[in-house]
Amino acid sequence: MFVIQFLMLSAILFSIGVYGVLVRRNGVLVLMSIELILNAVNINLVAFGTSSGLSGQVFALFVIAVAAAEVGVGLAILLMIYRNRRSIDIDQLDELKG
Amino acid sequence: MIAASYDVPSNIAFGIVAVGMIYAAVRVVTTKNIVHAALYLVLVLAGVGINFLLLQAEFLAITQFLVYVGAIVVLFLFGIMLTRAPLGQSDDLDDPSQKPIALLTSLSLLGVIGASQIATWKDTRIVLPAGGSLNTQSVSDEIFSNYLIPFEVVSVLLLAALIGAIVLARRD
Repeated sequence: MFVIQFLMLSAILFSIGVYGVLVRRNGVLVLMSIELILNAVNINLVAFGTSSGLSGQVFALFVIAVAAAEVGVGLAILLMIYRNRRSIDIDQLDELKG
Repeated sequence: MIAASYDVPSNIAFGIVAVGMIYAAVRVVTTKNIVHAALYLVLVLAGVGINFLLLQAEFLAITQFLVYVGAIVVLFLFGIMLTRAPLGQSDDLDDPSQKPIALLTSLSLLGVIGASQIATWKDTRIVLPAGGSLNTQSVSDEIFSNYLIPFEVVSVLLLAALIGAIVLARRD
């Protein structure tokens, strides 16, 4: 196996995740796209880690832990937005627009 | 000889899993049904776990299945349920006016990342230790020796995130 096949799979997943973040309006779907991006990064870390000890795997574990925290807080924030506005359409959250 | 040096079974498994993952990932960002998006996400996350297994990171693969497939997808389904997302087909999950620019951005990102990675890593082989390894033991040794302080910091972060999520989501 070559490193490049894992790296290309990860690059494709990353790009699909970026597309999802840009095009989706529903907040939960944006969080799902962010999960795609984080998983692409994990594949990269483990693939690189095969040539340099175990640091890659330990970093991937940390990324998984931080992703779990991010999803928990992100969904709680979306729940607050839904309670206040009865909608989680991200395009409507434009109070900061001048 | 050639078969041994090119690791045919792993490559066949990788090819099948990679095609399935890319299809499922595209469906996650394009499907009109939000519950289907969460279920296609399961396929992608399980595929990532299988990739970890192919790279002999079995502890990480088990963690991936437990944390992502077991916990995070269920959390997503709860999020879908609690925000009363439209079940079934729905056209306002994505913004059609942003499709061209999003497609352009992601494809150019793929071009830049892919070209630079191919230029740098084209011929690098993955050399895995033959006959299996004591991966779980080595990972735990690594975490509890060299990465002890980051590990403790991550546990404090998880606690803070847990309390923060409870405070945010609580009705008062």
